[in-house]
Amino acid sequence: MSRPWRNAIVIGILLVLAIAVPRLGLPAFYVSLLTQTWIYGILAMSLDLLVGFTGLVSFMQAAFFGIGAYVVAIGATRYHFVDFWPTLLAAILIAGLVAAAFGALALRSEDEGFIIITLALNEIIWGLAYQWVSMSGGDNGITGFLRVNVGPFHTTDNSGFYYLSLAALIVCLTLLVLMVRSPFGLVLVGARERPRRMAALGYNVWLFRYLALIIAGMFAAVAGVLFAYYNEFVGPGSLSLDTTVQVLIMVILGGTGTLIGPLLGAGILVFLSNALSDITQRWVLILGAVYVVTVMYAPDGIVGLVNRLMAKARSRRELSLAAGAAVGGAFHSGEGPK
Amino acid sequence: MKRVIVWLRHHRAAAYVPLCAVALSLTTVSARGAEKPPIRIGVLASESGTAASAGHDMVTAWKLYWAEHGDTVDGRKIQFTFYDTGSDPARALTVARQAVEQDHVQMIVGPYLANEGLAVAPYAIEHKVPFLEPTVSADDLTQRKANKYVIRVAGWTSSQATHPAGAWAYDKGYRTVVTIADAYAFGYENVGGFNQTFTDKGGKVLKQIWTPLGNTDYSPYLSQIEAAKPDVVFVEMVGSDAVNFLKQWHAFGLKGKIPLIANETTTDQSNTRTLPPDVVEGIISFGHFAEGRSAPATQEFDTNFAGKTGKLPSYMAAAFFTAAQWIGDALLKVHANVEDTDAFLAAVRSVRLADSPFGPLQLDAYNNPIENVYVRRIEMVTGPLAAYGKTWNVVLKTYPNVSQFWNIPPQQYLKQPVYSTTFQGLKTP
Repeated sequence: MSRPWRNAIVIGILLVLAIAVPRLGLPAFYVSLLTQTWIYGILAMSLDLLVGFTGLVSFMQAAFFGIGAYVVAIGATRYHFVDFWPTLLAAILIAGLVAAAFGALALRSEDEGFIIITLALNEIIWGLAYQWVSMSGGDNGITGFLRVNVGPFHTTDNSGFYYLSLAALIVCLTLLVLMVRSPFGLVLVGARERPRRMAALGYNVWLFRYLALIIAGMFAAVAGVLFAYYNEFVGPGSLSLDTTVQVLIMVILGGTGTLIGPLLGAGILVFLSNALSDITQRWVLILGAVYVVTVMYAPDGIVGLVNRLMAKARSRRELSLAAGAAVGGAFHSGEGPK
Repeated sequence: MKRVIVWLRHHRAAAYVPLCAVALSLTTVSARGAEKPPIRIGVLASESGTAASAGHDMVTAWKLYWAEHGDTVDGRKIQFTFYDTGSDPARALTVARQAVEQDHVQMIVGPYLANEGLAVAPYAIEHKVPFLEPTVSADDLTQRKANKYVIRVAGWTSSQATHPAGAWAYDKGYRTVVTIADAYAFGYENVGGFNQTFTDKGGKVLKQIWTPLGNTDYSPYLSQIEAAKPDVVFVEMVGSDAVNFLKQWHAFGLKGKIPLIANETTTDQSNTRTLPPDVVEGIISFGHFAEGRSAPATQEFDTNFAGKTGKLPSYMAAAFFTAAQWIGDALLKVHANVEDTDAFLAAVRSVRLADSPFGPLQLDAYNNPIENVYVRRIEMVTGPLAAYGKTWNVVLKTYPNVSQFWNIPPQQYLKQPVYSTTFQGLKTP
């Protein structure tokens, strides 16, 4: 079987599984953890567009996530702005505008300078959410708004919200995959690897990075909107430095520049933190150890690790093929005849 | 392939373990025959994160009550599960979901922080799960957002103990105040309560200082306070902020120079137990708990808690201990029939504790306790408990049966907004 076919089948199976999950009698709590995974997955993928493809380690992705969430909460509680689509659109637009402003500032520097500036910009948004009490509710955050039904999705129902998040994830993933495979995406990667050569070829490297920052901010806002509806609560924690770092860990844990890796990372973080905190109060410590081990032994993330193992298996198979041994099927490649 | 099968075999064997456990537990249940299933209580406590030490106090005190009184009510066992909120409201929501949707708890007790409580409340209300809050003090939860499912058992509102403080300060002869507090809702509400009653009588607020949470250097603020020359300073601080503030207040020589009135958390045992006596001795504060209160209910709790942990209790510990007592009494009233939620809620509302570590407690119409507020002074611990702590809060004066609305009619009180940076209850002359 050729590779694209195999991929299509794998994707198909995963999709059917994801759709079937709430109907398989999975306890409601795990359905809600999966919902969280889809939402954080969108956020992590948006960051991967920057970290993995554009080569920009941005520490302000939580700000756009939070902006999306606060647009929902403030819109609904202060301006009676409750319809889903206009809210989503407003959130994307506002996040895009803020990203345009922040991007213009942050892209004046590179590398460490970029990291520090994005960190500071994220803190500004956090500070606003924390201290502009009359607007944001300060530390208490905002409650008192409800999920709204979207088209066929009855979101008040847990599985309805699950499907809404899944649909959003699929749309975002598709758009991002198309984008990174388009000429635009290739320029981003080119600009990451050889910025001077790309510039010499006539590409405005700065502009491409700038656009990537804005687009990533918009995707983060989509995740933020879902997060606000999911919790029916928004607080400054959603755009804190903690969140930024957590998302970065999801990306690194899963594997940068893969899109699917950060989604995997999101799932691992959501499930692991819940499973561990059930077992021990010292779960944060264990989580930290997991990160260290990952960075030491799988610096290119889980997807990278899997790819490496598969490549190793493939080369072993090719060796045995060359030796004239039996033919192994694609799925038996890891267990080639000995 | 072979390896996969071997692994699967192991895996399958592993899968039998929980199955066997389920089967075993089923047989033990049926062996007990007609015995009812246990009452399931979900306890949300911040066992990690910024409020971890408070979380430990809460869990310890909660267990202490049930260890002393038995975890069976009317023949029905109480099974409590602890959930770690990580001091984070979004996480508090996640574990609340776990408690309700996965473990099917019949009530939620906790969490600790105001923002956690505000986040979980709408969820609990939506799922009709009694939400019993021993420490969450956000004013609005039993005021503008009051709901029948949200009850502060052995709890308090942020401004409940500071209303008397403002009136007391004026009667003491102070006419001008500078306030300094953490820049978040708990701070705004504490100071707002003080300011409202203080200015109502004719006092004047010279300056209000809001400091970021986790601040370590108070010297710039202290010189501002000194320059303003107030009659008195009112302070609200939590956790390490309180420790740092009190240390620097002493180090700058302001202690004994400018009169200081503190809110409950600033001189809570959890903060003062780490400070040398000369830093804190003599400080006046207002609170609904005083570990140095001489009444038997408080002393007995102090003794038992100290015996268990080697230290004197914080108000958080007292709150979870008393909440356990409160819930135990309510369960007894409904003969442990917790499945009838409305009857159980009515029972919780009707509980009256003649004496508790806090003193007498009963709820008002908005589900917040009417309780004593103590004017407290930090003194050296005397008697047998001196082995467990250096200083504690003793009672100078008791304001009995204080309501969250102070002496203002509730309807009138609720017309004003909740205290914030923009509304401090100031009477404009």
